[in-house]
Amino acid sequence: MTLRQPANAEIIRHTAVDLAAKIKSRELSAVEVTQAHLDRIAEVDEEIHAFLYVDAERARASAARVDAKVAAGNEVGPLAGVPLALKDILTYTGAPTTCGSKILEGWLPPYDATVTRRLLDHDLVILGKTNLDEFAMGSSTENSAYGPTRNPWDTDRIPGGSGGGSAAAVAAYQAPLAIGTDTGGSIRQPAAVTGTVGVKPTYGGSSRYGLVALASSLDQPGPCARTVLDAALLHEVIAGHDPCDSTSIDRPVPDVVAAARSADITGMKIGVVSELGGEGYATGVEQRFHEAVELLASLGAEIIEVSCPHFVYALPAYYLILPAECSSNLAKFDAMRYGLRVGDDGIASAEQVMAMTREAGFGAEVKRRIIIGTYALSSGYYEAYYGQAQKVRTLISRDFDKAFSQVDVLVSPSTPITAFKIGEKVNDPLAMYMNDLCTIPSNLAGNASASFPAGLAPEDGLPVGLQVMAPPLADDRLYRVGAALEATLESDWGGPLLDQLADRGAVR
Amino acid sequence: MALTAEDVANLARLARIELTEAELEVLAPQLDVILESVARVSEVAAQDIPPTSHALPLTNVFREDELRPSLSRDVVLAAAPAAELMRFRVPRILGEEA
Repeated sequence: MTLRQPANAEIIRHTAVDLAAKIKSRELSAVEVTQAHLDRIAEVDEEIHAFLYVDAERARASAARVDAKVAAGNEVGPLAGVPLALKDILTYTGAPTTCGSKILEGWLPPYDATVTRRLLDHDLVILGKTNLDEFAMGSSTENSAYGPTRNPWDTDRIPGGSGGGSAAAVAAYQAPLAIGTDTGGSIRQPAAVTGTVGVKPTYGGSSRYGLVALASSLDQPGPCARTVLDAALLHEVIAGHDPCDSTSIDRPVPDVVAAARSADITGMKIGVVSELGGEGYATGVEQRFHEAVELLASLGAEIIEVSCPHFVYALPAYYLILPAECSSNLAKFDAMRYGLRVGDDGIASAEQVMAMTREAGFGAEVKRRIIIGTYALSSGYYEAYYGQAQKVRTLISRDFDKAFSQVDVLVSPSTPITAFKIGEKVNDPLAMYMNDLCTIPSNLAGNASASFPAGLAPEDGLPVGLQVMAPPLADDRLYRVGAALEATLESDWGGPLLDQLADRGAVR
Repeated sequence: MALTAEDVANLARLARIELTEAELEVLAPQLDVILESVARVSEVAAQDIPPTSHALPLTNVFREDELRPSLSRDVVLAAAPAAELMRFRVPRILGEEA
């Protein structure tokens, strides 16, 4: 990726922590920092297509407010003035929320998501809304109605999904921070294939209010960043109890920032899940994964092989539970109160208009999943499909419980393969679903989980992610492991993994 | 089990999606493959295992019965595909014979 404008090149390479410090000390203004990132978006986003909407004017105005606060000597938050990209499935008043779907094209939400509200209250600068697979259904962003996002490491390849826009924006230095949402791996898998950090908090750890629901029992917003500490600071900003979300946890947020700063894993027991590896995993993915595990051992962790025998059933269970929940959640797109309406000619009935609108407004994958969900919930099939899937969910939670009685965290590759070519799997839904093989168990059980860069696969030079899974409400352990890995790998590499991308000119 | 185009059309009707013939042709075999794969869930889960609908135990949540501002009518109607007389305007909801 070529960083053509020298002044900007320096600003956009900073971490969020450094930017916040420089803004606070007035070495840089927040307006300057925001403008550098807006310039970067203008420079590369035609090719990357991470953004569906760039909110330049409001971003500059919020940055100016931060500068005024700093100049007046007012107290500002730890990430004040730092630009951020928001996944276009969280509402932000004044900007359209499309969820990557034609059915919501141009919809202006009447309220802010709690996550958005917290970002604004903490003086972060929202640059715009990022691309995603339609209603977060996908692993490549190819299901976006507005065209795919491209992976900055190789623009012929996918950036992962559904949060490919957020991950690509961070990897392409268009924003140091982004918000993702993770239902089956939509934060972690894009993080893995773009060489960035992505964390799915414990279910209930961050609020779902204002997050357009895909599968309510699985969805969870979380941070995307280039470094572990940046992710932790963002995690702290967005997490915490919210009375507007009935499944929000009313307990203190684990001290993720202290954990990221400590990076001490001496004596930690780390379990390697034996079921998440072997056949179907790329050679380079396995190699980098095993190296990362050895490295963690060399830092004082005790490595234990752990079996989670029911994880192999997580994928089929997920692809019943998710469609069941989504077929019900997406029933609200009925062409009556908001969004698209097609065929209202004064003759067609409400039911016909609804069916025509959903036909025109939903893409192929959304239709597939709604129909699978309708099937799984229909009488006569309910027990064999949805009922059984819910039992598998119990077995997976029990596997986790048993594993966490022996170890502090579990690790696996974040995804079995590196970024694949755009178009390669669009006609094979089942092959696409395999991308979520390693990430899904944590959504079904609700525990905290993250992906951290583990290096590049030797065979294709593309990023590999290490997944770390922690028990519910032990999100801090993810950061402890991630920070230890990051510090050691970066001293081996002579700098962050993304420097290798920035220096080699992948985006032409 | 083989899902026919007719089965898919029936499911689509239940889901209120008017699929085209071409879509039905493509979807039926795709859905069949997916359903066959996910049917594996029946291999493991035995009778005595309780189902989990939610990762964390759910309890009913109450709040104080206090007045709070809600969205204004204008704001809500601004997003409507059609509005009339300060209400949502919807297509006819009854059949011809009604």
